[in-house]
Amino acid sequence: MDNGSGSCLKCVDLTKVYGMGRTKTLAVDHVSLEIHNKEIVSIVGESGSGKTTLAKLLLGLTEPTEGEIYFLGNERDISTHKKRLEYWKDIQAIFQDPYSSFNIFRKIDDVLLDCINMRDGKNISREEKVHMMSEACRFVNMKFEELTNKYPFELSGGQMQRLMIARVFLLKPKILIADEPTSMIDACSRATILDMLLKLNAEEGTTLIFITHDIGLAYYLSQTVYIMKKGRIVESGTAEEVILHPKEAYTKRLISDVPKIREEWDLSTVVYSTE
Amino acid sequence: MSKVLLEVNELSTKYVTRFHEDVYAVDRVSLKVEEGKSLGIAGESGCGKSTLALSMMGYYFSPLHYISGDIYLDGNNITKMDPDVIRRKILGTEISYIPQAAMNALNPTQKVLNFIQDVIWAHNPKAPKEEIFNLAKERFTLLGLPESVLYKYPVELSGGMKQRTVIAVSVILGPKVLIADEPSSALDVTSQKMVIKMLVDLMQSGFIKGMVFITHELPLLYNVVDDIMVMYAGQIVEKGTADEVVLDPLHPYSRGLMGSVIVPEEGMREQQLVAIPGAPPNLKDPPSGCRFAARCKYAIPQCTKMNTIEMQELGNGRAYRCIFSEEELRKAYKNG
Repeated sequence: MDNGSGSCLKCVDLTKVYGMGRTKTLAVDHVSLEIHNKEIVSIVGESGSGKTTLAKLLLGLTEPTEGEIYFLGNERDISTHKKRLEYWKDIQAIFQDPYSSFNIFRKIDDVLLDCINMRDGKNISREEKVHMMSEACRFVNMKFEELTNKYPFELSGGQMQRLMIARVFLLKPKILIADEPTSMIDACSRATILDMLLKLNAEEGTTLIFITHDIGLAYYLSQTVYIMKKGRIVESGTAEEVILHPKEAYTKRLISDVPKIREEWDLSTVVYSTE
Repeated sequence: MSKVLLEVNELSTKYVTRFHEDVYAVDRVSLKVEEGKSLGIAGESGCGKSTLALSMMGYYFSPLHYISGDIYLDGNNITKMDPDVIRRKILGTEISYIPQAAMNALNPTQKVLNFIQDVIWAHNPKAPKEEIFNLAKERFTLLGLPESVLYKYPVELSGGMKQRTVIAVSVILGPKVLIADEPSSALDVTSQKMVIKMLVDLMQSGFIKGMVFITHELPLLYNVVDDIMVMYAGQIVEKGTADEVVLDPLHPYSRGLMGSVIVPEEGMREQQLVAIPGAPPNLKDPPSGCRFAARCKYAIPQCTKMNTIEMQELGNGRAYRCIFSEEELRKAYKNG
């Protein structure tokens, strides 16, 4: 299949089924999407809509039940461990919980050093490495000198999430999947983190895939928005199209559920779910 | 003026760490919750919102310690009461609290009904099982929760359902004041709306007489509460009605908070998010004068020279903590 020039990641009829028999759950149901180079894409859905499973499939952390994934125009091959490591040089992720993203027994400079070593670190001198690490810390408005000899738990949640971005900056992947990167962080540090991710996209040309339930965030950041419901993509298009002029009833409901400031937030329409 | 349900007067509390250092988390906070009104508390992580909520209940346990101030609940000063009396007679029956991680507040080894039994028996050990069951069933139907939840274990419930169950349990003894500490921060927008609707319904139907709602999400706060207080480094920096604080913030910090709000409204994409630079001060040794001065772009040397900066009252409950006058601040904002 020809994937055109700008295609970065593409999946066709991607399906994931968890469990079997009575407990069989269709987590991702024939999802097809194409993400272009340097694009910022958001995948929005409620809890349990399958967005994290989709992220895991794209990352290669779980095997799809059905469907293909194309990376840079070719079918993705992660059949061996070596090929998988090779793939992960190009695709990286930031997860929801910054506290569980780091190895608690390792110091921060070790964590950053690993990132450099992953990308041909053998040919780089020690001084050069330190320079690269301090540059990465400067990118996320932190001071490398203050971080050396510290353990991850000595930092706040927002600082850890910024450190995750510093790691991504060192690894220079083509794609970054951010799975709810700001849902555990307060509104103030959220702005800082979003700004850094946008900077990563603008300066390094990283393709960003946002997985979120926050529609405001998706609208603010992304060029393309996909709305997921029960494993299916129900609506997609540019952010303006989908969020300001939604067509699907589900999207409309999702948007009306977000508290707003200039528009009224109607509580009378809420129906209590029984699940 | 309607009756004041909960009044906190110049309350200060501190944490004592393992190394015997004092962390002044709540510093001379005064607030009032009137009957039928809800009060919102906003601020970033670590500003003392949750500590204030815990302190307001008058029940202190290590590492949280009381320093000074008074709490009046329905006219009675509860700071002078015996902690054991507070636990049995005040918590749950007069004032109730929904914790932040409400999902973990349920007992994983018990069915919800047995959990409710334990809660009621802690206050009234002689309550018959039959009565408890009827009460629980009645309340759950009233609050839009299916009866089947009573016979389930917490693991069988979704996050939103767990949160709503916790709310139902926390008001089962009929408290007058409910303190909700980030009740919806871990939920998606749809479940969040259900939780909020439940709280608003509780207020409107008169089940609870007053509410204190704590969150860092300003758009949510704006839609739920009548009055808002903004907290920074253990102090109240601004208070007023929801409209005043969100649409027309006076204190530079409240203004900064508004700069980081994201809502899916037209024009949001063109707007630049402005994060407040720097980090909040260490409360082990709070800076003198204005605590926000180090991060404030309007700060002048005088800000940190004074010992403390007092709240400037503007009337009608509107107040802010800054050395500049209202006109000076407005002029500064106009010029950018």
